[in-house]
Amino acid sequence: MNTEELVEDVLAGEHRALARAITTIENRAEGYRELVSALHAHAGEADVVGVTGSPGAGKSTLVDKMAAAYRERGLTVGVIAIDPSSPYSGGAVLGDRIRMGSNVGDMDVFFRSMSARGSLGGLSAATSDAVTALDAFGKDKVIIETVGAGQNEIDIVRTADSVAVLVPPGSGDDVQMLKAGILEIADLFVVNKADLDGADRTVQELRELVEYQQGGVPSDVGHHGATAETVEGLGPGDGEDGEDGWTPPIVETVANRGEGVEELLAALSEHRTHLAESGEGDEQTRTRYAEEVRTLLREDLNDLLATEIERRGGLDGYVEEIVAGETDPYTVADELLAPIADCVEDGDRGNAARPEQGPTAED
Amino acid sequence: MSVEEQQTIRCLVAKVGLDGHDRGAHVITRAFRDAGFEVIYSGLHRSPEEIVQAAVQEDVNVLGISILSGAHDTLVPQIVEGLEEYGAFEDTLIIVGGIIPDEDETELKAQGVDEVFGPGASMGEMVEYVREHAPDR
Repeated sequence: MNTEELVEDVLAGEHRALARAITTIENRAEGYRELVSALHAHAGEADVVGVTGSPGAGKSTLVDKMAAAYRERGLTVGVIAIDPSSPYSGGAVLGDRIRMGSNVGDMDVFFRSMSARGSLGGLSAATSDAVTALDAFGKDKVIIETVGAGQNEIDIVRTADSVAVLVPPGSGDDVQMLKAGILEIADLFVVNKADLDGADRTVQELRELVEYQQGGVPSDVGHHGATAETVEGLGPGDGEDGEDGWTPPIVETVANRGEGVEELLAALSEHRTHLAESGEGDEQTRTRYAEEVRTLLREDLNDLLATEIERRGGLDGYVEEIVAGETDPYTVADELLAPIADCVEDGDRGNAARPEQGPTAED
Repeated sequence: MSVEEQQTIRCLVAKVGLDGHDRGAHVITRAFRDAGFEVIYSGLHRSPEEIVQAAVQEDVNVLGISILSGAHDTLVPQIVEGLEEYGAFEDTLIIVGGIIPDEDETELKAQGVDEVFGPGASMGEMVEYVREHAPDR
């Protein structure tokens, strides 16, 4: 099937075509760039929600219930669930689908499992392109479930409009550990398994954390609280109104019984309103596009370099020279990069000669 | 060619119907993972429709159906039919594992199953078979 037909079929709502499009994207197969470019024009309507949290926090079960709740409202849903790949074989066991019991037989929930394929940020390299495909297909909501995340798997923030971080009870002691990383990217917190002992404590700890982040002095924290000096320009009174005017709410859920799911959707909807009204959403979109272009450039530049290395007979020779003490890694890198560096410098000179054309001149 | 550009074999390991014996499915899931495949495991007690939905959405090259209940002669045709409905039958390799009598094996193959692996089939043999026969994407 050629790219044009594939795009046509995806836009016509054919499930098989959507599945094949995502495969093409995932494999970085021939024509995938044209595919994503074509789909891009039809995307931009879906709300993208990220769900992240530690392994076993209940992400899959919650996503299942969220999808069912959206379906009850007559909305169509796409789900992308990412599981880790083996560092040894490259293989993966993708098990999130097992929890999708509430949406059996409902093709309007399009669930796709993806392997992280070696990517370390909690998503796979192809995730955002797969979101574009689901979006263009016409899904109202796209939910991304990340790899079970610990501290630094925060790529989701670059792909989702709203990020829900799941914190199960009993991770109280971990809260401190998690602090600088995943908890910072939460637009809302979900204390799942809220029927377990310790849930109240976890909620309380998160509340304190949110208040710190908002720059306020936690209302009921004792001797280890923040000092006034650390809170420039934001007194305790501004606690409700953080830097970006959004205070992450804390929602309690019991996902396997579906409890708290309505509250979660309501909180997500509020966040969306906030994004629209504060202009933060537009800002987010711009940042995301800039980031996407940078990522693509990095990939493309890598490919160019790979070609250049191949033309020079591979890296092995250089490595041998380094081992023999004849050269060093920096010199080799400079040498390999030289053709590209020369082009950029030439461009500089060219522009200097024709200043009126500015830096965007086509060379 | 870089690793990312290589084609990855995606495989759905499915348990259909009233059959709680999943040791074999687990072992195969793991063997496939170690062979570098991406394996989606369906979980127990799935209906044929669920398997079809999963196979279509996940765009798997390979569908491995594990049945030990003896109901293969009714369940497998339903799955094949469902795949045909979505245009997914042609380019999906269908293999069945379990206790399948010889005459049923012939029947299943006539219905569209590509290969049947009974007790005693070696992991290496299955992995090799899948590598050789998995349709391109």
